[in-house]
Amino acid sequence: MKISKVALVGNPNSGKTSVFNLLTGLNQHVGNYPGVTVDKKVGHMTLATDHKVSITDLPGTYSIYPRSDDEQVVIDLLNNPDHPDYPEVIIVVVDSANLEHNLLLFTQIYDLRIPVILALNMSDVAQRRGVEIDKLKLSEMFGGINVIQLNSRKGTGFDDLKKLLLDFKTSDSFYPFYSENSEAVLSNLDDPSAQILETEQRFKKIRKYLNFIEKKSYTASKSLSRKVDKVLIHPIAGYIIFLGILFSIFQTIYSVAEVPMELIDSVFFSSSHWLKEHLPSGVLTNLLAEGIIPGLGGVVIFVPQIALLFLFIVVLEETGYMSRVVFIMDKLMRPFGLNGKSVVPLISGVACAIPAIMATRTIHHWKDRLITIMVTPLMSCSARLPVYTLLIALVIPDVLILEIFNLKGIVLLGLYVLGLVSALLVAGVFKFLLKTDEKSYLVMEMPGYKLPYFKNILYTILEKSSIFVWQAGKIIMAISIILWVLASYGPGNKMEEAVSRVELPNNPTDQDDYESEVNSARLSNSWIGHLGHVIEPGIAPLGYDWKIGISLITSFAAREIFVGSMATIYSVEQDFNDGSSLIERMRSEINPATGLPVYTLASGISLMVFYVFAMQCMSTLAIVYRETKSWKWPFIQTVYMTTLAYLSALLAYNIFN
Amino acid sequence: MDHQNSLSLHEQSSYVKLEVCGISDHELSPKLTEMGLYPGRQIQIVFKAPFGDPIAIDIEGMMLSLRLEEAALIKVKRIG
Repeated sequence: MKISKVALVGNPNSGKTSVFNLLTGLNQHVGNYPGVTVDKKVGHMTLATDHKVSITDLPGTYSIYPRSDDEQVVIDLLNNPDHPDYPEVIIVVVDSANLEHNLLLFTQIYDLRIPVILALNMSDVAQRRGVEIDKLKLSEMFGGINVIQLNSRKGTGFDDLKKLLLDFKTSDSFYPFYSENSEAVLSNLDDPSAQILETEQRFKKIRKYLNFIEKKSYTASKSLSRKVDKVLIHPIAGYIIFLGILFSIFQTIYSVAEVPMELIDSVFFSSSHWLKEHLPSGVLTNLLAEGIIPGLGGVVIFVPQIALLFLFIVVLEETGYMSRVVFIMDKLMRPFGLNGKSVVPLISGVACAIPAIMATRTIHHWKDRLITIMVTPLMSCSARLPVYTLLIALVIPDVLILEIFNLKGIVLLGLYVLGLVSALLVAGVFKFLLKTDEKSYLVMEMPGYKLPYFKNILYTILEKSSIFVWQAGKIIMAISIILWVLASYGPGNKMEEAVSRVELPNNPTDQDDYESEVNSARLSNSWIGHLGHVIEPGIAPLGYDWKIGISLITSFAAREIFVGSMATIYSVEQDFNDGSSLIERMRSEINPATGLPVYTLASGISLMVFYVFAMQCMSTLAIVYRETKSWKWPFIQTVYMTTLAYLSALLAYNIFN
Repeated sequence: MDHQNSLSLHEQSSYVKLEVCGISDHELSPKLTEMGLYPGRQIQIVFKAPFGDPIAIDIEGMMLSLRLEEAALIKVKRIG
C-alpha cells in the first residue's frame, strides 16, 4: 500500500514533537484549523524519490474524548473519513517509561480501526528506569500491528519507521480491544459516565496485558526527579529559585537582544538612506525608503526578542520545570482569573508582549488564556524604557530618598509596579465580565526532569519567528504605510508653504540644521500634525499640547517612536545614547497660552502614566488578532487600555499640578 | 458507587499510602479517570504547594498535580 497521509498522535509528554521534528526536519509549516485557535502543524517527508508523505502533528491528548479545543481537533479529524487530512496511517507515539497511561489513547485509536504504527518513544529513559518491553508480544496481542522502538535523542529507530511507511502493510488480524465496532466507541462521545466506565475497563485490560509485555525493575532515576523537586517546589526556596531564573532570563534578553536589534536598526536605516540617494526622487522612492523599508525594519526588529524568549520558554518546558512553576504559582494567580500557566507569559511581557502573547498557547482553558492575552500588554515592556528614561530625565529631580535611593530609580520602579498591579486588577475585572461554560481546572502531569532537545528548541524559535513575520507582519506593514502617508502628506499645500518658510542655510555647515527644521515643518503640517491639533483640546486636561499629540499618534506604531518624533518636532539631532540636546530643548518649551513650561512634574508624570497603560503598539495588536482569530479582542483591548491611560493620566496630572 | 466509608483525597496527609475507591460525579470525572485515577489504583500525595493547594500525587510512578477542589472529587481509603 502506497501511503501519502500520516498523522502523529500521542500524550502531551510522549515526545511526539521530537518525533515530528526528526521526521520532517525543516519541511514543516503552521496553519490554522478553521474556527478554533489551534495551530495546525503539517510537515513533509520524502521516503523515496517518487514517494512523499505528508505528516500532520495532531495536538497532544490523553484520550480521544476531548476536554479542550486542542483535543477536539483530534477527534474531529479521526471521526471524519471524508476530511481531506484524514490519515491512512496513524503513528501513535507513546512514552515507553509510562506505558500504562499512554496505551489508553492507543487502544482507543486501535478500536477505531485506522491502521496504526505503535512507536515506543523515549526507549532510553525506559531503559534507565529498568523498564523492558517485549515488542513482539505487544504486536502479537494486537493482531500483529507494527511496533517500533524510537530514541529521539540518538535518532535511532527512525530508519525502521521510514521503511515501514515506505511499504506499509496493515496487520493480519484485528482483535478488538474494548469493542468490536468503532461506532460503539464513538457513541460514547456525548456520554461522560459511559466514558468513565470504558476508560476504567480499558485500563484494567491494559494492566493485564502489561503483565505479559513489560518487565519492571525499579531504579534510582525517578527518585532523582523527586529529590530535585524537594528543592524546586519548596515553599521558600522554590520561589527564590524561580525569581533567580527569571532575573537571569531577562538580564540575558536585555543584554543579548540589544546587539542584533541595533544591527537590524542600522541596516534598515542605511538601506533606506541609500535608496533615497540612489533612486530617482519621487513618490515611489519615498514610499519605499520611508514607508516600506522602515515598516519591514519595524517587523524584523522584534525577531531577536521573540527568538530569545522562546529559547528560554522551550528550555523551561522541555526540562519539565515549567510544570513546577505552574504548580507553585497557580494558587496565587487564581483570585485574578488567571492560572499557574499565565505566569510565564505575563512575566515575559516585561521583555516584549509579542512573544509573551504567543506563549499563552499552553493555556488550554480559553477564558484563562484570553484574560492573560488581554492584560499582558500592561506589563511594562522594553519599548517603554526609552520613553520612561527620557521623561524621568526631563522632570524628575536628582535627589536621594532616605539618603540612598535615587528618586529617578524609584519612579522607574514605580512605573513597572504600576503595570504589574494593574495587569492583575484588570484580569480580576475580566474574570467577572467574561462568561464561559468551560470550567478551569489544573489536572496536569508533572513529567520527570530531562535534558531539552536542541532540535525542538531550534524549530520552535524558527516557527514562532516565522509566524510573527509572515502572519502578523502583513498587518504591521499595512499600518506602518498608513502612518507614513499620514506623516508625509498634509492637507492642501500647507506643508510646502511651511517648508518654504524655513530659512535656507547661509553656509554648508548649517545644512543639517536646515534639514531638521524642514523635517519638523513637514511633520507639524502633515495630516498627523493636523490630527495633533484636532486632539489638542482632548489632551489638554492631561497637560499635553499638540506637539505631544503628534508623538502620541506616531508612537501608536511602537512606543519608542515617541522619542524620535519628539526629536523631529523640536528639530534636534536624534542622539539616543545621550539625548541631552532633546531634553534641554523640551525643558525650554513654553506653552504660548499660559507662558509656563510645557514639561512640568505634573505633565511629565501624566505622560509616563499614559505610556504605562496605553496600547501603543500595532505589533501587539496584530499578534492578538492572530492568537484570538478575531478583531473583537484587539479592538476591546485598545479601547480599554486607551481609556485607562487617559483617565489615569488625567488623575496623575491633577494630583501633581 | 459506595463512598460511605471512604475519605476525600484533599484532606489526606503527604506520604500516606492510599487506594482510590471512586470518583464523585462531576464534569471532570472522565478526565480524572483518563489520568489513571480509577478504583483500585494506589496513590499518595507527594507534594503540597505553598498554602496547601495544589497538591501533587504519585500514581504508581506518574506525578500528577491537582487543585484541592479537584482532589476533593477523589474518594480514597488508607492502605498498609
